[in-house]
Amino acid sequence: MTWVGAPVPRTQDRRMLLGRGKFTGDLARTGTLHAAFVRSPFAAAALGSIDTSAALALPGVAAAFTAADLGDPALLAVLERPEFVPTPLPLLAIGQVRHVGEPVAVVLAEDPYTAEDAIELVGVDWSPQPVVASLAAAVAPDAARVHQQAPGNCLVDLTMFDDERLDGVFAAAPAVVTATVGSGRLAALPMEGRACLAEWDERDQQVVMHVSTQVPHQVRSAVAQAFGVPEHRVRVIAPDVGGGFGLKCVAGREEVALAGIAMRLRRPVRWVEDRQENLTASFHGHEQRYQVRAAFGPDGRILGLAAEVDCDVGAYSAFPFTCAVEPLMAVTELPGIYKVPAYRARGRAIATHKAPTAPYRGVSRPQLVLVMERVMEKAARELGLDPLAVRRRNMISPGEFPYTSCNGITYDEGSYAESLDLAEKRVTESGWPGERDRLRAGGQLAGIGYSCFSERTAYGTPTMSQRRMRMTPGYDTASVRMDPSGEVIVTTGTCGHGQGHETTFAQIVADRLGVHPGQVRLRQGDTDLASYGWGTWGSRSIVIGGGAARRAADGVAAQLRQVAARLLEANAADIELAGGAARVRGDASASVPLGELARIVHFQAHRLPEGLRYGLEARETFDPPGTFSNACHAVLVAIDPGTGEIRLRRYLVVEDCGVVINPVIVDGQVRGGVTQGVAAALLEQVRYDPDGQPGSATLMDYLAPTAAEICPIEVVHLETPSAFSETGAKGMGEGGTIGAPAAVLSAVNDALRDARPGAEIDHIPVCPWDIHAALFAPEPLAERSAG
Amino acid sequence: MDKYDITLIVNGRSSTVSVEPRKLLVDVLREDLGLKGTHIGCEHGVCGTCTVLLKGRSIRSCITFAVQADGAEIRTVEGLANGADLHPLQDEFWTKQGLQCGYCTPGMLMRACEIIEQNPDPSPEQVREGIASNLCRCTGYQFIIEAVCAAAGRMRGEEQRPDQATMPTEAKA
Repeated sequence: MTWVGAPVPRTQDRRMLLGRGKFTGDLARTGTLHAAFVRSPFAAAALGSIDTSAALALPGVAAAFTAADLGDPALLAVLERPEFVPTPLPLLAIGQVRHVGEPVAVVLAEDPYTAEDAIELVGVDWSPQPVVASLAAAVAPDAARVHQQAPGNCLVDLTMFDDERLDGVFAAAPAVVTATVGSGRLAALPMEGRACLAEWDERDQQVVMHVSTQVPHQVRSAVAQAFGVPEHRVRVIAPDVGGGFGLKCVAGREEVALAGIAMRLRRPVRWVEDRQENLTASFHGHEQRYQVRAAFGPDGRILGLAAEVDCDVGAYSAFPFTCAVEPLMAVTELPGIYKVPAYRARGRAIATHKAPTAPYRGVSRPQLVLVMERVMEKAARELGLDPLAVRRRNMISPGEFPYTSCNGITYDEGSYAESLDLAEKRVTESGWPGERDRLRAGGQLAGIGYSCFSERTAYGTPTMSQRRMRMTPGYDTASVRMDPSGEVIVTTGTCGHGQGHETTFAQIVADRLGVHPGQVRLRQGDTDLASYGWGTWGSRSIVIGGGAARRAADGVAAQLRQVAARLLEANAADIELAGGAARVRGDASASVPLGELARIVHFQAHRLPEGLRYGLEARETFDPPGTFSNACHAVLVAIDPGTGEIRLRRYLVVEDCGVVINPVIVDGQVRGGVTQGVAAALLEQVRYDPDGQPGSATLMDYLAPTAAEICPIEVVHLETPSAFSETGAKGMGEGGTIGAPAAVLSAVNDALRDARPGAEIDHIPVCPWDIHAALFAPEPLAERSAG
Repeated sequence: MDKYDITLIVNGRSSTVSVEPRKLLVDVLREDLGLKGTHIGCEHGVCGTCTVLLKGRSIRSCITFAVQADGAEIRTVEGLANGADLHPLQDEFWTKQGLQCGYCTPGMLMRACEIIEQNPDPSPEQVREGIASNLCRCTGYQFIIEAVCAAAGRMRGEEQRPDQATMPTEAKA
């Protein structure tokens, strides 16, 4: 009997459904000042004088600050590699702006309407400068420099792998395929934008910040570093957070600035981001270009792979990850589930005059899966083989785990072949091929596509340290404490924001202590409550935070067993904890309720020997190397050849995230992830014109999917437990997003090839005009790059 | 700026507030009346997060001036439950996990309320079309659609109230 694996309803949902959530924007304090930021209308400009006098004269305005007024604070994210160029991220621009929307001043007023009025009155001397707003423009000879210290606008240039045999492999290979694969710039778009309430606590001599964040401790470190104060002077609390998807796993310059202002003014100050700021002035991600060559044998076996990856990272390095997060992940993990004997990869981060980037859901994995699946399909076509057979020939097979790949990564046990076999079987049995034929007979284009992939999750310090970040994340720490009433409090440094950790952590701990999950309460998102931790991102929380919680719960369980053994005059080894009681195994009469044990430990310590007195509490850390979940996605699309509209008809995910803690939560994560991946494949793109002006500043232009664009998504589970995880669980927050673009593009290309042999698209998003071009453009088909 | 006295009848309760003519209905609900359940998602009328019912029809309270609602009846998420008894929509959203972060949820519930009032027996496809007015970034919509259909069934009296939205007392065997 276990709670792990049960579809326990989520404990936090009732108050959300009653409208009683507590988001940052819901918090009110007497005397609060509302912040509005003056933002750059130019992508690149030198800043002259900034005149706030007219704004300050407006009734209701209390203060205004420029960078100089705050002492020119900045955040510095560093990768300790010679190939990396650090670029300080000023909280407010210092002498220079580098993207539209960059904050140059902030006004504080008694209500938000007045604050917005006031920023219109701030006078700024702008001297516009030449702009680079695309990868091509940024790397052109004589391109303007986003940062003077970065010639060629290259912030990092890393050749991670360079197998010297590769040239020979290509020269001798029976088949070589090449591809240029591009992906569009995306916004994470949580429904709640960023927000912060910062106030000075005179009693604790501390600035207390409520922030809509995934990483409270890193926000605290950011404030401490930007203003040169000790970390204990800062407390960061994440109340309810309305989604993050990576946007909130970095420190926002606005929230850090507000901490400084609250320390200065000693008044509560609040900022709630609006959607235009969110789309233009926060962080983006995923704008990448891959140029790959792959050598294949006549049987479809891959012999070698060479890749050049360029990531358009925007104007700055986000704190603490740096702008290298995308290219580093891309070149390290590109081979994925396929056994590549010889590998070379170079990754670059290229600066442009666009908003900076953060690790948006999946980071580089949606793209690298897209690339490998394109390569497999191109090889199959070149060699006249079945594309699924080529995938099977190259993927790590049952019996080969743990498998150490050419990239040095060890892949723990997965179900790569099984998930593809099962997906193909269900697709056939559910009649997808017949439906495709009927759609085609009815005059539509139709195609079925697959993607096979694994997802590296729960990157611990052993893995993260290879990146050489000055602030290296990875571990997390939990404490578990039983109160005198027998209730359990768990603290964690992870910070759920919709994933239901209150419920899943309780399930994990309840099993170890033999209590009901309703008796376990999770405290998260508070830097004064939890040990230093790394928040929630990278599909890490259940594996690392949940693993730490399980270890700590085992510590408390051992204490309970000892106390029970003493009271029941038995051996601790014979005590089992179940059903809210400690009992002697095999003796139904010898039992004591856990609440009674807890009462005695706390209130009658004198009855116990010294080692068993004074509380039931344990603190443990978990720091795994990481574990790979995997999945196979399949999708059937229909395309209207007249309008180029692409509709999803069927979607199937066969996924394996190891031990499932809560199957309903897993299904929800998968479907939400697939929806974002489909959006990346077909709908969403942050667009800039050559002057660096954003063309997607509203939700009329940035096309997030509604229910009407998504079809029912069938989810099938396989369970291959991880040996690298305490609970056997693998991370699974990102897999849906990672697998969807490749599956959708495979389906689109299956549809196109049937209509016009040779037609093929290698970029996302695929827009109606791309379909038109693929079907009707004169030969040869011109594949435009994304951007 | 001059202020005007307006009266709003929110969830059956009448309140008179003095507001600038430019003040948005959502800000009056949240700040003046303290009803923080209605959230703000885009402030330009696209995402549906701020949806409330005005005279029984869903509107976007982020692009409605409060003075436009003077004298009108408004329903917000706070008015759905009857004391401790959840509305069938709330109950089914909980049972079927029609939410993750919960931020879009109040607007989604009010839109779903309107859908069921206009069509007590909507098909899943009609619900899918119907809630396309509201963005959810977490769920992929499927559990929301299942929850709305289940709630509609219960409101028609066809299905019994499940006792599922409380935690099971037994662990998985």
